[in-house]
Amino acid sequence: MTKLENNIKPLENLPKCQTGIRGLDEITDGGLPKGRPTLVCGSAGCGKTLLAMEFLVRGAAQYNEPGVFVSFEESSEELVQNVASLGFDLNDLAAQKKMYLDHIRVERSEIEETGEYDLEGLFIRLNHAIDSIGAKRVVLDTIESLYSGLANEGILRAELRRLFRWLKEKGVTAIITGEKGEKMLTRHGLEEYVSDCVILLDNRVEGQITTRRLRIVKYRGSAHGTNEYPFLIDEYGISVLPITSIGLKHDVSNERISSGIPRLDTMLGGEGYYRGSSILISGTAGTGKTSIAATFADATCSRGEKCLYFAFEESASQIMRNMRSIGVDLEPWMKQGLLDIYAVRPTIYGLEMHLVKMYKLVNEFKPKVVIMDPVTNLISIGSETEVKSMLSRLIDFLKASQITALFTNLSHAGGALEQTEFGISSLMDTWLLLRDIEIGGERNRGLYILKSRGMAHSNQIREFLLTGRGIDLIDVYSGPAGVLTGSARYAQEAQDRASELIRKEEIEHRKRELDRRSKALEAQITALRSDLKDAQEEVDKLLQQDKTEEKVLTEDRAEMMRRRKADV
Amino acid sequence: MDETEIKDSIEEFEQSLLKEMNERYILRLYVTGMTPKSIQAVLNIKKICEENLKGRYELEVIDIYQQPVLAKDEQIIAAPTLVKKLPLPLRKLIGDMSDKERILLGLDLKQK
Repeated sequence: MTKLENNIKPLENLPKCQTGIRGLDEITDGGLPKGRPTLVCGSAGCGKTLLAMEFLVRGAAQYNEPGVFVSFEESSEELVQNVASLGFDLNDLAAQKKMYLDHIRVERSEIEETGEYDLEGLFIRLNHAIDSIGAKRVVLDTIESLYSGLANEGILRAELRRLFRWLKEKGVTAIITGEKGEKMLTRHGLEEYVSDCVILLDNRVEGQITTRRLRIVKYRGSAHGTNEYPFLIDEYGISVLPITSIGLKHDVSNERISSGIPRLDTMLGGEGYYRGSSILISGTAGTGKTSIAATFADATCSRGEKCLYFAFEESASQIMRNMRSIGVDLEPWMKQGLLDIYAVRPTIYGLEMHLVKMYKLVNEFKPKVVIMDPVTNLISIGSETEVKSMLSRLIDFLKASQITALFTNLSHAGGALEQTEFGISSLMDTWLLLRDIEIGGERNRGLYILKSRGMAHSNQIREFLLTGRGIDLIDVYSGPAGVLTGSARYAQEAQDRASELIRKEEIEHRKRELDRRSKALEAQITALRSDLKDAQEEVDKLLQQDKTEEKVLTEDRAEMMRRRKADV
Repeated sequence: MDETEIKDSIEEFEQSLLKEMNERYILRLYVTGMTPKSIQAVLNIKKICEENLKGRYELEVIDIYQQPVLAKDEQIIAAPTLVKKLPLPLRKLIGDMSDKERILLGLDLKQK
């Protein structure tokens, strides 16, 4: 038992060889299997040669791993020329002994088979090439050409099997390319021999737009992404998407930034958007989406931050002219280099190309805010799921870089307003809805916040006014007569003011009446008081009279007694 | 076609045949060391040359293990390979040179 346990060695991860190709190392979890051959197959023109070449060039330039490129189709001169357009200078690398190019030409018309043979010549050439520069990487492009040059398939099969074993023994990381076959991955079943890692390239045209895709069919002993990943070839070579990590691991910021509309900031918990959040503004045509976006751009630039504006409908100068009419002047920001408007028709290239272009522009310009106006236009070049996947990758990338993103979404009149074209609302942190409110023969704009993650936000509908001084949000009239905007609101407010006046006058009137009555009562009270006083005086007088009379009477009686001389 | 023309074309044919008979062959045999196939090929081709090209051929045997650069220059992939440098057209015969018919065809010593 213990013996068994002792025999179990800790599992070692398969050593990987980084390709240096953007994105490929991520989906292969670190690169191609080191010291083993990898098969890259696909139909003509799908980028096999380029992928293989970039693997070598990056290896030579970035990882100090010299490489041998054995071409069975193109001559060395052609190869040098073909990849020069991608900025790879093969002659220079060859001069530095970092690259060895060999062209193996097999011409059937020149060859006569006269008995038993082997491909030792090929082995010797390869061996010589590898040893002369100490190569760590080898590309055989496309070895299947041998099948058209040599008739004896039995020998060929055996020799190829031997070749791949030999390459493994040599310890070189190899890419073998193969043309896509009818039923098999490659025309002559190379996948039988090269079984460690198989990558399939594909080039599909949908709706007149080509998208290149890459899939890892198998990767023995390693985790890998199993999806079809779009890739593209631009002036810097191949980039496989995802260009960012697949996880949701980005840090979030608690910092808040102003939307440029004070009242909207108030609605958003009093402080505005979160930095690094994604904001969606949806609304039907002419509801002011671009104006909100431009105001946000203006606010960003006035903070001294950079803003990158992708316009899919209007040219830069048109946006600037239009925004000047609402008092937002973007031109100075353009001149100061704080704002860049990148206006392009969506149909100019495929979604993935857009994504990479955006990625590149963002990396070069390093904005704090990115605006896309409107994202809805992308639907014309891809299916719903493609657009959604592209946007989610874009949002992931922007979030990871702490860039605030604002998207506008054109909803179609008649359709459900609270629904985006391609279900991107769930990707958004803040969603503002702009809507038309039709009352009394006119159309007014209303704005409300449908959602805003992580903040207390207003549930009120605000009337949204575009004035010569910018955007203004005002309260809508909400009263017994319902929600009113525009002139209806003015009318209702005037009416309200009139009835208020009448009410006030009435109160005044009643107050005066009451005053008068209380005054009258007071007068009455005064009169009664004086009456009471009179009466008291009367009583006093009577009492006085009585006293006086009594005194007189007493005096009289005494007088009489005195006069009668009566006894005292 | 009149008689003179026929005569002319016969002469032409005979002359070209004569020329072919006298043409020098420059042959190179690329082998990989002393493997049985290499040895077999050297023996076979020497025999064929002696029988068919006696006195008007030049055969050089090259070991590409010793001179791998030559394998690149000469576009050798299979071993053994016999390269017919002259007369033109250039042709490569691969194998142990055991198929005499094919070698004679490949060296233009026999018409199909």
